[in-house]
Amino acid sequence: MLRTNPYDPANPNAGMTLIVKTIVRFVGGMIVIFGIYLILHGHLSPGGGFAGGVIVASALVLHMLSYGKAVALKELSHSRASFFESIGALLFLILALIGFAGGYFFFNVLPKGEPFEIFSAGIIPLCNIAVGTKVTGALFAAFIVLVLLRLKVKKFKE
Amino acid sequence: MFELIALLVFMIIGAIIAVEIRSLLSAVVAIGAVGFALCLVFFLLRAPDVAITQLVVEVLVLVILIRATGVKRDLTEFRGGPKEIFAVVSVLLFILIFGLFTVWSLHFIPKFGEPLMLVSKEYISKGLMETGAANIVSSVLFDYRGFDTLGEATVLFTAIIGAIAVLRKKGRKKLAETDAEEKYAKD
Repeated sequence: MLRTNPYDPANPNAGMTLIVKTIVRFVGGMIVIFGIYLILHGHLSPGGGFAGGVIVASALVLHMLSYGKAVALKELSHSRASFFESIGALLFLILALIGFAGGYFFFNVLPKGEPFEIFSAGIIPLCNIAVGTKVTGALFAAFIVLVLLRLKVKKFKE
Repeated sequence: MFELIALLVFMIIGAIIAVEIRSLLSAVVAIGAVGFALCLVFFLLRAPDVAITQLVVEVLVLVILIRATGVKRDLTEFRGGPKEIFAVVSVLLFILIFGLFTVWSLHFIPKFGEPLMLVSKEYISKGLMETGAANIVSSVLFDYRGFDTLGEATVLFTAIIGAIAVLRKKGRKKLAETDAEEKYAKD
């Protein structure tokens, strides 16, 4: 996403106009960084894994709308989006199961640390990262599925 | 309170327009207006976490819906026939039962905005000490109510898996069969 020339070599006119492509090239990386910031600071300020993940996924969707599907699918293909989704879900489940080391499901086993520091609150930042990965993959996969893979609707004979 | 009621009335009008309008794209835009008004309502109720989530989900869902609704056909047309009449009657019956239960249960909940914080009092007073998370919403989501969040994540996961399974072009079994047929044809 941060490459300087993300045009599709086979079809450079795919997607929207040059104005949109130039602006997306400047803004896309910033949107991703803002989403990652929301994920990492979820335990300190409003935001969190879900909102941050949706913002990262919407940056990918913006990329796909402006540059065409060939470029965006090279950045994060359908199968890799599904892979990220599954990895995030598994990571979240494993973090929940680690709680059994301290006694019960979802027990906060890690040390709490100083409040208002970035390394604090035990497993909550890790849970945010897991959920963020999961939501990014899931929503981008949903976009690909709903927009690219069309159900072929048979025409009704009336 | 006045701006809250104004926003809620705006949302109801937007929802009615979304149902009644003929063009599908205009209905999607009306749904988007309802979503942004809901986001403002969350800001007025001082819930920035929920407002951020509502805003970003609204934008993404709006884009997906606008891209995905390539259907030009008018879907609000009522054709008649026994199937559609059955569908309408069953939906009305369900709305009636749901409404009756809602009215019945409204007697038991406290008044709107009444400070009756039985559980949240515990979270607010002990949350920072027990979890170490400065954002109390995060501490509720991933510590006190972690199990709910896990269920939510599972729902999203299952929904995406179901959508991929329904909308993929060819099943694996079918793909293998066609490959075998092509091999036969070559031999």
